[in-house]
Amino acid sequence: MAKLTINGIEKDAPVEDAMPLLWVLRETFGLTGVKFGCGVAACGACSVLVDGAATRSCVTPVAAVAGKSITTIEGASSRAPWLALRDAWIAEQVPQCGYCQMGILMASIALLEAKPKPTDAEIDAAITNICRCGTYPRVRKAIHRAAARLPERSR
Amino acid sequence: MSEAVAPAPVPVPKSPRRRRLLIAVGLAGGAMVVGGALLYSPRDRLRKPAMLAALSATTTFNAWVRIGSDGAVTVLVARQEMGQGITTALPMLVAEELDCDVAQLRFEQAPVDAVYANATLLADGLPFRPDDDGWVAGLARLTQYKVAELLGVQTTGGSTSVRDAWTILRHAGAAARSQLVAAAARRWGVPAAECTTDRGRVLHASGNRALGYGELALEAAQIPPARNVPLKDPRAFRLIGKSQARLDIPQKTEGTAPYAIDVRLPGMAYAAIAHCPVFGGVLKRADAGKVTRMAGVRAVVELPQSSTSAAAVAVVADNWWRARNALAALEISWDGGTHASLDSAAQRAAYAELLANGKAREYERIGDAKAILDSSQRRVEATYFVPYLAHATMEPMNCTALVKDARCEIWVGNQAPTIARWMAAKAAGVASEQVTLHTPFLGGGFGRRAEMDVVVEATMIAARVPGTPVQLIWSREEDLQHDTYRPMAMARFRGALDATGALAAWHNRIVSQSCTQSFTARLLPAAASDLLKDKTTSEGAYDLAYSMPNRLVEHVLAEQPVPVGFWRSVGHSYNAFFVESFIDEVAHAAGKDPLQFRLAMLAGSPRHRRVLETAARAAGWGTSLASKGAARGIALAESFHSIVAQVAEVEVIPPGTVQVRRVVCAIDCGRAINPDTVVAQMESGIVYGLSAALYGEITLKGGSVEQTNFPGYEVVRMADCPAIEVHIVESGWEHLGGVGEPGTPPIAPAVANAVFAATGRRVRDLPIRIA
Repeated sequence: MAKLTINGIEKDAPVEDAMPLLWVLRETFGLTGVKFGCGVAACGACSVLVDGAATRSCVTPVAAVAGKSITTIEGASSRAPWLALRDAWIAEQVPQCGYCQMGILMASIALLEAKPKPTDAEIDAAITNICRCGTYPRVRKAIHRAAARLPERSR
Repeated sequence: MSEAVAPAPVPVPKSPRRRRLLIAVGLAGGAMVVGGALLYSPRDRLRKPAMLAALSATTTFNAWVRIGSDGAVTVLVARQEMGQGITTALPMLVAEELDCDVAQLRFEQAPVDAVYANATLLADGLPFRPDDDGWVAGLARLTQYKVAELLGVQTTGGSTSVRDAWTILRHAGAAARSQLVAAAARRWGVPAAECTTDRGRVLHASGNRALGYGELALEAAQIPPARNVPLKDPRAFRLIGKSQARLDIPQKTEGTAPYAIDVRLPGMAYAAIAHCPVFGGVLKRADAGKVTRMAGVRAVVELPQSSTSAAAVAVVADNWWRARNALAALEISWDGGTHASLDSAAQRAAYAELLANGKAREYERIGDAKAILDSSQRRVEATYFVPYLAHATMEPMNCTALVKDARCEIWVGNQAPTIARWMAAKAAGVASEQVTLHTPFLGGGFGRRAEMDVVVEATMIAARVPGTPVQLIWSREEDLQHDTYRPMAMARFRGALDATGALAAWHNRIVSQSCTQSFTARLLPAAASDLLKDKTTSEGAYDLAYSMPNRLVEHVLAEQPVPVGFWRSVGHSYNAFFVESFIDEVAHAAGKDPLQFRLAMLAGSPRHRRVLETAARAAGWGTSLASKGAARGIALAESFHSIVAQVAEVEVIPPGTVQVRRVVCAIDCGRAINPDTVVAQMESGIVYGLSAALYGEITLKGGSVEQTNFPGYEVVRMADCPAIEVHIVESGWEHLGGVGEPGTPPIAPAVANAVFAATGRRVRDLPIRIA
């Protein structure tokens, strides 16, 4: 049985080692902010942070993250860039249907923690998520807006 | 959209068959007619559905407005939020007349009730020009409104939500305001005429008395609303027309917004499903023995082919991963039947044959195009093709159902709750009244969630484990391989130029399946027929604003086993590509600038001219671009009562990469209720259409869809998303148009025309491929 730290709380996952982290989070622990999109790591809707790195939970067996620290959108407020990102998302009126946004936000947290003032090219490289509503131009603006508010090093 | 409903006034349908047909016709998106809301008394739609009273501690004023003792104003939103911002736009309409602040507004999904029917969607099916104010058109529209309410079909589609709500919701706000004023006047013992309101309070002219709406709500709701409350002069609007922050965005940022896939119920089980990969095939055998012993598996359910759904097998387990693993372990043999060898090349060949020799229906005939073409010395001819497309909503298809004691409860993201309730009732074998339907936020709709396959399947599966709620989730593979696709389509154009280089004749012949026919066959098989014209097949190809003295537009209906459905902008999605590409070809053949060529044909259409000129000017049309391989393309399309022009700035990087750098868009939707939402919907429609133009393609091999998942079905992402600039052209409140779909049609031809300008190579097939 894998032991995980989810949003700062240590938990036992009473499931098979091979079960993807996505389903453990959504169905075992009820963290439904993490979304299922494709199941093959192609869309990013399921992105969470594993020890700070944006990770596609739909293809990550739970055993692979045993002992690691996992952050989902429900625990995003523990990350330094969160407030700036949340406010920027609202200021730029980013979400439409909203379904992919939590994955994009988790990838954005990881990006700003690594690169507090990302360039457009760095945003392109870090945000590979799919959004069928086409919120990309606003996501880009919101990331720049959040970055402008954050100190040079946000960690 | 079909001969069945026009042009004569439609009597109230008595036979179920007729009734079904009208429902189906009404559901089938598309648009050409301005709603006849003024002919229809809004008072008819202010009554209170009985179920609202029991719902909440707040006070119900009418079907649309409730006010709490804290002064919070809850607007019942009868359309589904799928990203288009409707849960803000509709409350704004109420707030404007009620006179409250946006901060006081709450929204709530309206229950299923006839009062919430979408009358405009039905009226839009009528084949009249938007500017047809004749008595026949007016009477037909009025009748459609009445029919819509009798049928009571609540639907979200055809970019109709704001137009349908525009008069009704302002009346709902004004009526409630009159009641609040009357209650305050009664309390103070003064004439109501001495009272005014200001952002959630009633004030007395003396200036020393004020009461909040929350304090008055209980008594006010008992007072009948004043008759003939005047609506505000639009010049006095305080909220409408000014960008307001969307009410649903905070929860969609913080991850708390509920989607159907997030429903969690005590004792809930999960189901995974596999459909017969070949269209029209049946299940031969599923060997359940082994998998029923796998950990967590509760049931293996065989689902026969039905009108809504392909033959399928589902596994129910205590979590979805186990259900899916068990399904993968299940040995299933299918009988593909007659379509097991169908492939895209054969379909395309069949379309080419229909294009040449098929029996066509005329959608427009003005003058004698054929005679002029046959004798013309300057002819231009071209044939275009687009493939099937999947909707690929981000939230995979899912539905949660609980069947117990002859009752049924359903949670599903859907665009037609009335129909979802009927279909669940039928699948569970209970009366509609015994079905409770919940519609949370939709993780994308685009027309896909007007379909009922997942509702029928989940209900049938849940009926096998009574008392256990079952959440059925389709994998992305099932979603892409069992969609109701945007139709594959082909069109051949012939144009004749006169001595001045103007278009003397235009002949457009289109081949495609019919969405309306396919949709009707799924939901109401008894009403399905190919006897009627389906306006959606040819919308965007006829009634063009361009002046062309001789034109012939015809459509040949194709039959294919692939189910087709309403995909954002429906027929406009391909007809705009065909028409605007060919206009561009003709302009070049005439040796004219594509913008000037279009403007010359729009002398009688000032709104279209203005939109086109706005986009061209903002894009710097005619100025040179820095990069050598870069060029601009332009396109114009009117759809869903709105006019949109787009200029795409494209760079072609050898050997074959098409990089869309910038898109400038102008829209005339009359006036914008929430302008930032209009901008967002243009951005959204452009990206959706660009994904199709650059990558979108569903192909068949062996009777099955070849694409299985992203990125095999690729879409635009951050790195290839252009900068988008949107200009709203205001033409007046009397021209209100939709915004959810009209951003999509022009982008493919704008990009394709830019590719031609950059490379000299004409794009006649989508997706764009430059070898």
